[in-house]
Amino acid sequence: MSTETADKAIIEKDTEALFSKRRKKLVTDPLVDDNPITIQVLGICSALAVTTQMQPTLVMALSVIFVIVMSNLSISLLRNKIPGRVRIIVQLAVVATLVTLVNEVLKAFAYDMYKELSVFVGLIITNCIVMGRLEAFALGNKPYDSILDGFGSALGYSWIILTVAFFRELWGSGAVFGIPVFDYVSGWFGEDFNLATNGLMVSPVGAFIILGLLIWVQRSKTGYVEH
Amino acid sequence: MELFSLAIRSIFIDNMVFAYFLGMCSFLAVSKKVSTALGLGAAVIFVLTITVPLNWLLNEFVLKEGALSFLGESFAVIDLTFLRFIMFIAIIAAMVQLVEMVVEKFAPALYGALGIFLPLIAVNCAILGGSLFMAQRDYTLAEATVYGFGSGTGFFLAIVALAAIREKLKYSNVPNGLKGLGITMLITGLMGIAFMSFMGIDL
Repeated sequence: MSTETADKAIIEKDTEALFSKRRKKLVTDPLVDDNPITIQVLGICSALAVTTQMQPTLVMALSVIFVIVMSNLSISLLRNKIPGRVRIIVQLAVVATLVTLVNEVLKAFAYDMYKELSVFVGLIITNCIVMGRLEAFALGNKPYDSILDGFGSALGYSWIILTVAFFRELWGSGAVFGIPVFDYVSGWFGEDFNLATNGLMVSPVGAFIILGLLIWVQRSKTGYVEH
Repeated sequence: MELFSLAIRSIFIDNMVFAYFLGMCSFLAVSKKVSTALGLGAAVIFVLTITVPLNWLLNEFVLKEGALSFLGESFAVIDLTFLRFIMFIAIIAAMVQLVEMVVEKFAPALYGALGIFLPLIAVNCAILGGSLFMAQRDYTLAEATVYGFGSGTGFFLAIVALAAIREKLKYSNVPNGLKGLGITMLITGLMGIAFMSFMGIDL
């Protein structure tokens, strides 16, 4: 599915504007019409595991944006030097190095977050979106386009996981970004009134169901049907 | 007995798919037919059972803080933990390649059955996740082996069960937007609720 975007951009003129229509499309396409999670079914593992709260989700999203953009750039710069037979190993090495970098930075500057995300930062290495973009785009395109493409895909991934996290945190813990929204709202209606939180949302099951419904809404809007 | 309870726990309670969402990509992509799901599941069990103990050895004797002390006093302060990701993934990729070659040479029938799934396993998050959890939880070698086998089996059960449901699902009338991934996510959620019932078991 993702090869379609690769074909589009192989030939280009040197005089192209910095933000030409085609380049804008590289960023905006993966947001809705070609979303990595809801349409291409990639990168779901990490999408679900960290989304019980907004804050770790945001950190995860930023890490993924960094890793995808930088790995797309590196592989695109190396694309004529990498022998086809060993490209997977080369890609894994590049991605693993970047993820190690993210992991060490988190460990040094945000230790609580590092503890909370635990192995899931490491699992960005095997996030299929990263490998998918490298294979389908960065190996055949110029560096600047690859950066835009990676940025678009990462944004598409980020808004989906942030939406899932928003609903899971709101309904599961009655809060948004750690601010107890449910407590405030309950306060307006007097002391006996209490908005109940739903424990299922905090459990893994909540993630599956929220994402399933989100996919339903999103696909009905775009009219995408899987066969 | 300890090991047995660890195996039960990693298969049912801490199920790779339903509790940690690992290996979701292949879980969703390869669960359309029971026969292919069986192939992938078997390959995952196989690779996890080999790579988790191997990575345990690597972690214990090379990467851990002070692990290199057997080389001499001055090596005792070296901490190579930050190399964990890159080394683990290298071991996994190499092992998958090796397993593929060995299977091709000595068991061509099995090789034909596993087909494309073997090489794809290198980038399956369940495999790397198994190794990372093993390192985080300080297992012993025996525990690591049992954990690798158990979590592989958990994945196997989950993917075969989902494939069986999806085969039946072909005959039902699902709304357009929900077809494919959407309904699969909802079903996985419901299966997750079923697996939650194991959580009360105290081992």
